[in-house]
Amino acid sequence: MLDVRDLAFGFGSRRVGSDVTFSLARGETLAVLGGNGAGKTTLFRTLLGLLPAQAGSVQVGGDALHSLSPIERARRLAYVPQQHVPAFGFSVEEAVLMGRAARLSTFARPGESDRRIARDALARLGVEGLAPRPVTELSGGERQLVLVARALAQEAPILILDEPTASLDFGNRARVLSEIDRLRGTGLSIVFSTHEPDHALTHADRALLLAEGKPLALDASDRALTESNVAQLYGVNVRRVMAGGARSVFVVEEGRPGERR
Amino acid sequence: MSGLSSRAWFVSGTAALGLVVLVLLALGAGRYPISASEVAAILWSHVDGTSRGGTADAVVWQIRFPRIGVALLVGAALASAGAAYQHLFRNPLVAPDTLGVSSGSALGAVLGIFLGAGFVAIEVAAFAGGLLAVGAVMAIASRLRAHEPLVTLILTGIVVASLLGAAISLVKYLADPYNQLPAITFWLLGSFAAASGGEVRSLLPAVALALIVLLTLAWRINLLALPEDEARALGVDTKRLRAIVIAAATLATAASVAVSGIIGWIGLVVPHMARLCVGPEFSRLLPATAIFGAAFMLAIDTLARSIAPIEVPPGVLTAVVGTPVFIFLLARSRRAF
Repeated sequence: MLDVRDLAFGFGSRRVGSDVTFSLARGETLAVLGGNGAGKTTLFRTLLGLLPAQAGSVQVGGDALHSLSPIERARRLAYVPQQHVPAFGFSVEEAVLMGRAARLSTFARPGESDRRIARDALARLGVEGLAPRPVTELSGGERQLVLVARALAQEAPILILDEPTASLDFGNRARVLSEIDRLRGTGLSIVFSTHEPDHALTHADRALLLAEGKPLALDASDRALTESNVAQLYGVNVRRVMAGGARSVFVVEEGRPGERR
Repeated sequence: MSGLSSRAWFVSGTAALGLVVLVLLALGAGRYPISASEVAAILWSHVDGTSRGGTADAVVWQIRFPRIGVALLVGAALASAGAAYQHLFRNPLVAPDTLGVSSGSALGAVLGIFLGAGFVAIEVAAFAGGLLAVGAVMAIASRLRAHEPLVTLILTGIVVASLLGAAISLVKYLADPYNQLPAITFWLLGSFAAASGGEVRSLLPAVALALIVLLTLAWRINLLALPEDEARALGVDTKRLRAIVIAAATLATAASVAVSGIIGWIGLVVPHMARLCVGPEFSRLLPATAIFGAAFMLAIDTLARSIAPIEVPPGVLTAVVGTPVFIFLLARSRRAF
């Protein structure tokens, strides 16, 4: 679905990251981890075609990303940005309908079939009851789900989510993550960034660890997220402990990385 | 959502009906009062071609009718431009006047008057001045990368507007004090007193073109209210769409300013009232805003020419209404619109 080769990215001549290579198959999930300022958002903007690649290539469904028109890009890649308070109180249904822009001609307005798709997207996330509410009056978790619904209404095969669990409470976080699991089950290819190694372990097939823009590791989540890699990535001492079943979680320990062993 | 959209139809329909009633009242009101039945008879006599002339006929048909036409067009144009700018800049506090567009258009028009240009040339100069002003405001505000983008944009608009105001003063200072200066001064005050059929005919095409462009793109303009990255990721060519919307809104503003000078506040207050009634969705908001704007401007102008023995400039009345509303908006600007 998505083929990234030797990608270098940044703003203008300023380099933020480089040497990123991965490919994502249908129904596969990739988690991108890295400290603040590691270049996760810049990488995503480049993957979406919002920033030109500085070097290397991005191929989407067999075509070079830069050769696609904005509409064609939006039909293949859907973006879930970090949630923010919107300027105007559009209703939730209106906000989700905006996901249909790439499927409508310039002068068209969404019709009954678009409305049905928007309602279905909300229903898939279990929040169809929100439809008439103004987006300005939603909680952070609800707003995040609305942004996911908008991306679903876009009907693109690849979903790119920028820190979908940031600034959500414990319950909403779990809800959003289980939605990501379900969407993966429906055949979508998903890339998401997160600050929680645990989320990558449980909810992603593979993990890409970015340290100052360069890949520190790219492998199956279980293999990429070793104690030493995570310690190096965040500069804290961590231990990976079994949490029952096949699941494990990271626990921060006292001391600087490397001191313990 | 059909509930909300049928409510929007109800609101716009009621407002349109109210507007027709208002026009009939305005035709009768003023220093020479004419009864509603007489107004209807005069209008009908022009429809079936049996007009007999006379004072009442001249007042209704030659003086008040064009004046009302100009007021309706200017009100609809300024309010619609305000709504478009507010979506475009994701900022409910911007308007043709707070963005400096009105001042830019006024400078262009004043230069046109100063150079003795014809009306079309004055309109073109006003359009160029308006584009220049909004371009300058956007360029400066985006380079400031401010912490409070909402307020920064307004402050930049005010600063640019005051600079343009200085340039207007300079042109006035240089103008011939016996002919040009009074013309410029009265025109700048904002008035429909001199409106004639010619003004309606020159205003109508520009305003109609701008509104039709905004209306055909209305649904897509909603996406400009999202952050830039989101709109682009949804497949919108934001640069092109933004340029078209700015051109249309500035054309509407410039055409109004060229005819009636700077009339403030309408572009700020009316879109907000319309949003309270029909919500922010632009294909519902724009028709409601245009109708509300036309009605508001006509009501103000009718008051302006009937409350006192001499005419009060309508810009004075809109400021009386607009200032408290702006302060109210500013006070709740941290909350939702």
